[in-house]
Amino acid sequence: MNPRPIDREDPDRLYTVTGGRSRSDEGIFDSVTLIVSECEPKAGMQSEHMRILRMCERPTAVVEISATLGMPVSVVTILLRDLLDMGRITVRHPSSSVADAQAHTPAPETLKQVLDALQRL
Amino acid sequence: MHSNASDIPVQSPGSPAPAPLSADAQDALKIVVVGGFGVGKTTMVGAVSEIRPLSTEEVMTEASVGVDDPSRVRSKTTTTAAFDFGRITITEDKILYLFGAPGQERFWFLWDQLFAGSLGAVVLVDPRRVEESWYAIDRLEAHGTPFVVAINRFEAGPGLDALREALDLSEGVPLVECDARSRDDCKAVLISLVRHLNDLYAPSPAREGTP
Repeated sequence: MNPRPIDREDPDRLYTVTGGRSRSDEGIFDSVTLIVSECEPKAGMQSEHMRILRMCERPTAVVEISATLGMPVSVVTILLRDLLDMGRITVRHPSSSVADAQAHTPAPETLKQVLDALQRL
Repeated sequence: MHSNASDIPVQSPGSPAPAPLSADAQDALKIVVVGGFGVGKTTMVGAVSEIRPLSTEEVMTEASVGVDDPSRVRSKTTTTAAFDFGRITITEDKILYLFGAPGQERFWFLWDQLFAGSLGAVVLVDPRRVEESWYAIDRLEAHGTPFVVAINRFEAGPGLDALREALDLSEGVPLVECDARSRDDCKAVLISLVRHLNDLYAPSPAREGTP
C-alpha cells in the first residue's frame, strides 16, 4: 500500500466541488460502474464535470475517474450524480450489483471467461 | 511487456488517464487482494495488470460510521483508506478490476463501500507476520466472500501445513505459495481463486447421485 495523506488535499476544494454535500444517494454507483459521456464539455460547466465528460468519451470505471481526478470515490460519485441528473452521462452497472449483491453468484460462463483470460496472460 | 513487475511504480493521482477501455465494455468484475502493510499487494496487482496500477482513496461515509447522535457528526473523525488497482481485459465487453487493499480493521469499510459484489479475494500473507491476516480471514469467512490464501514467500520459513494451522484455515480454503513479483505466480494465484469459485458454485455431482 502507499499511504498517501489526504491531508494534502485542500478540504475547501472538496467542499466546493460538491457544493457542500457529503454523500450521493447510496447504491447508484458501484466502484466499477462504467460511465459514458453523452455530450461534449461546454464552456461554463464546472471544471470537474468537464474533465469527467472528456475522460468518459469511452467507458470509464468510477474508480479510474477517482484516481485520475485525485479525489475520493465518494466525492466523485456526487459529481457523477449531478451529471446523471442532467442527462450528460449514462451508466453501465456491473452485473454483480444488479441483483442483490449478497445473493449474487457469478454465471458459470463468466467464470469460464475469467479463467480463459487469466490463462492467456 | 513488463518483465519485472516489482519495478512498476504506482501511477500518481491526477496524472493522465490510462489507456481507455473498449467502447463495448459493459460489465466490470472485481477481485480484491487484501493483506497487511508491505506484504506485496501492489506488487501483485502490478504483476498481472494491463495498466500501471492506479492509486486512489475513499473516505468513510457517515452511513458507515454508525453515528446515532447527529450532534456528534460535526466532530467525528473520518478515516481515509488509500488503495491501488489494475485491470485485466476478459472479453470485448467484460473487464476484471483487481484491487489491492489494506486488511486492517479500520479500513474494512472499503468492503461495504467499494468491494461489494466482488467475485472473491486473495489474502496475501507474509509468513513472518501471519497474525496480520487473521482479521481479514475472519471477516471474509463471516461475510461469505470466497477467498484463497497466498503466502508471499520472502525467505525459507514454515511449511504450508504449519501455516494453515497458524492461520486457522478451514480445509476447503486453498493455500498457495507465490512470489508476488512473478507474473506467472500471481496468475496462478488468481487461477486458483477462479477454480475455487467454480468448485463452490458448480453443482456437486456426488450430491446429485451421478455415478
